[in-house]
Amino acid sequence: MTAILNEATAPASAPALAAVRARRPLGVLVAGTLLALVVIAAACAPLLAPYAPDTIDLSSSLVGTGRDHLLGTDSSGQDLLSRALYGARSSLVAPLALLAVAGVLGVSLGVLAAWRGGWVDVLVSRLTDVMYAFPGLLFTVLIIAVFGAGMTTSVLALGLAFTPTVAKYTRSLALSEARKPYVDAYRVQGMGGLRICATHVVPNLARAILGYLVVLFGEALMSLATLSYLGFGAQPPSSDWGLMVQEGQAAIVQGAMLPALVPGTAIALVVVCFNVVGVWAADRLGRQ
Amino acid sequence: MSENRPRSTPAPAAAPPAEALLEIVDLTLRLPGAARPVLDSVSLTVAPGEVVALVGESGSGKSTTAKAALGLFPAGAVASGSVRFDGTEVLGLTGERLRAHRADGVALVHQDPRAALNPVRRVGDFLVERGAGRAEAVELLASVGLPDPQRRVRQRPHEMSGGMLQRVVIAGALAARPRLLLADEATSALDVTTQADILALLRTLRAEHGLGLLFITHDLHLAAAYSDRVYVMYAGRVVESRTASALFTAPAHPYTRGLLTCSPTLGDTLTPLRPIPGRPPSLSDTFPGCPFVERCAEAEPTCETWSPRPVPLPDGGAAACAFVNAEPGLSPVFTAVGNRPAGRDRWAQTQADGADADEVNHA
Amino acid sequence: MALRLALRVGRRITGVLATLLAASFVIFAAVYAAPGDPAVFLAGGRDKLTPERLAQVRAEYHLDEPLFVQYGRWLWDCVHLDLGRSFKYSDQVADLVAARFPTTLQLVLYATVLFVVLGVGAGILAAVKRSTWVDSAVVGVTTLAASVPSFVAAIALVSFFGVRLGWFPVTGSGTGFLDTVRHLTLPALSLALGALALVSRVTRQAMVDAAASDHVEAARASGVPERDIVRRHVLRNALGPIVTMCGLVMAGMLAGTVVVETAFGLSGIGSLLVGAINTHDFPVAQAVLLLMVTGYIVVTTLVDAVHPLLDPRVEGAAR
Repeated sequence: MTAILNEATAPASAPALAAVRARRPLGVLVAGTLLALVVIAAACAPLLAPYAPDTIDLSSSLVGTGRDHLLGTDSSGQDLLSRALYGARSSLVAPLALLAVAGVLGVSLGVLAAWRGGWVDVLVSRLTDVMYAFPGLLFTVLIIAVFGAGMTTSVLALGLAFTPTVAKYTRSLALSEARKPYVDAYRVQGMGGLRICATHVVPNLARAILGYLVVLFGEALMSLATLSYLGFGAQPPSSDWGLMVQEGQAAIVQGAMLPALVPGTAIALVVVCFNVVGVWAADRLGRQ
Repeated sequence: MSENRPRSTPAPAAAPPAEALLEIVDLTLRLPGAARPVLDSVSLTVAPGEVVALVGESGSGKSTTAKAALGLFPAGAVASGSVRFDGTEVLGLTGERLRAHRADGVALVHQDPRAALNPVRRVGDFLVERGAGRAEAVELLASVGLPDPQRRVRQRPHEMSGGMLQRVVIAGALAARPRLLLADEATSALDVTTQADILALLRTLRAEHGLGLLFITHDLHLAAAYSDRVYVMYAGRVVESRTASALFTAPAHPYTRGLLTCSPTLGDTLTPLRPIPGRPPSLSDTFPGCPFVERCAEAEPTCETWSPRPVPLPDGGAAACAFVNAEPGLSPVFTAVGNRPAGRDRWAQTQADGADADEVNHA
Repeated sequence: MALRLALRVGRRITGVLATLLAASFVIFAAVYAAPGDPAVFLAGGRDKLTPERLAQVRAEYHLDEPLFVQYGRWLWDCVHLDLGRSFKYSDQVADLVAARFPTTLQLVLYATVLFVVLGVGAGILAAVKRSTWVDSAVVGVTTLAASVPSFVAAIALVSFFGVRLGWFPVTGSGTGFLDTVRHLTLPALSLALGALALVSRVTRQAMVDAAASDHVEAARASGVPERDIVRRHVLRNALGPIVTMCGLVMAGMLAGTVVVETAFGLSGIGSLLVGAINTHDFPVAQAVLLLMVTGYIVVTTLVDAVHPLLDPRVEGAAR
């Protein structure tokens, strides 16, 4: 017997695929555990943090890792571990608020466009097109340029910037949902369009949309941290991670990397974990 | 067939010349997930300068057999048996030697020329890639009958018609100066007049270059008219191998007869066309006995368990049917072909005087 | 045929102009969304605001005329490269932008070279070594890189290669070609890292799709060397989606410079925008935003226009 595998056209062999599938839950488990720990740490920050996040002690400026300061201190002598723990709160809650804004606006617009069709649909599509013409953060930056920096402005502005994506996704789902027979059945019974949407269409799509929002969480956190880093988001004396990186950056040239690297690593770690868990969760939510 | 066409001349020896160009012996190919082998003990030879046809319905394994000559197998396939080209075992070839075999000895003319050519590259590039020089590429295009070859080499596939593209593909096959040409349904996608042109071209080229030609088609009439010998395949097996004339006048296997009677013949509008009942078998069908039994008009209970093997025929051919008479003395039996009544006849049994299936198997 | 081509080009240009008009109107009208008097807002707030200054702003922006007339005048000025005056730098905005634009352009081009070479390279590698550990490693590493915000990547690169190893300067944009390359390597790398996942994934998928074509099997059956098959058949035919994605990513990088220039203290238009917002210098912010959005729209349109050149089938179908 000669086994001949056609080189380069061979698809993934069954065992290899199984191995990939089997490995995924492990990664999800690790990422999920880490996330849970971060959330618990953020919630229990007052209990866990060895110092208050705003205790300034200029005598212990830029101390490295040690018994007094597990992760060292920044240039004003603030304990980095304590700041990072408190910072986790705003860094994790703000993206939730952002997604809530984008979710409410996006789902409303998407369902509206799909339900009414016609010129409403065209109008919504054109609006999203204009927003897509602004690359990346620029739309947010414009809003901040007008309304001034601040966490609330940033959350609202990014919420608006995320809206077209959510609207587009919802519209595609709602289009097929609106064609289902039960919708006609309710219409025949005299139920209004708004009520059908609110009590049936949106709840039926809720799982899939939720899954989509979960996937967006990592990006939301990254965008908010970026705004804070630029000085547009969280303002001092907040210990938001993005802001901490900005404040710690000056010390890098002096050889003290921790003030910037501790919050930076925290951001990267949470985003990676959320992307791993998010894809898995969206997959599960979307399937049912 | 309605008329009785007795053989007027003795059948020529169906055995190929001794120095076969391509010799496939007992090639069996299994795929993971398939219930039966894709190819089951296929044996086949092509001599230099010979035109051999491989006929069958889609899924019968004819293309797979042809590609085996190139050492080209479906992903995950496991092959056993032997595929020898010019004395070299192809099954054992890997890497550079396999590539060289594909580049030099054997060339495949693909069924669909539009799919076989890279749409974004020029025709000239295609020929050069297959071993022609720039100047030679123009000559090649001229030799396959393309007008204005100077301009054609700079064109891309979407600027040409299907017939022109098939000439380009044939030119590409010739570019490597092969000794065996595999034409895999090379004319099926073309309209009839273009088809005739291409067939004539292939025949001329075969004569000019002394090529062996393995001609794969689903059209038994075309195969019988065009080639020296014919192999008929069914469900991954060769069910009949005959000279073209013998096959056409006196098909031995019920499947072959079915194929001949299910397609219309020129000038004959009286005979009703009789489609073969049932569907071609898929890879998930398994057969404890003869694979054709369910569609065979002549099947006996013994066919359910008779495992097919080629039974030599008196004229040198072979057919894998339990009811083929193998006794040389009883020839010719084939004159009875045209007289069979439609329906469930007992052709082999009556002619062979009730020859026992088991006895036949010993032959 | 020429007429049809002209029509097609005309329609495309009209579309681009419409998008540009809409985007520029949003940027212009943002002034009116700001709380309070637009003149005060444009003048940079009430601090040190003299009545003369206010009157000057009113006159310069024609604030007493109807909104659309103002927009028309503003747009007319913009087209003639008159972008107003910066109140902070008390300089022509156009001059400010022009002085800083080369750095941004160099940064984007360098980052593009990096992500094309690394991203497309990794994608090709993953496609050729499909379903092996190399494939998984490429997907894993690039996905990880995409999960790191560019400013975090920037400080990590500065900490390690700039300060710890001292291989690259940590700030400034350098003079002369080699010095510029040395100064811009870390910034360009931080900008490119996030794009690697997207670019390599698109490259891999496009190549896997192209490799499934019949003509690839036909070439393999003819004994064409594997290297030539990958290069001339698979990669060549996959170029359409790859070039499109690279163009889109490059266009998006204009906005990415806002972060990276700030992180590395480069004085390009990205850091100019951040500075303008932090100092309430709205005319400068408006000009930079307009430039970036225009650049984005122009680059994405060009990418769209290039596609038929790569695939004669598209061209043929359009004829």
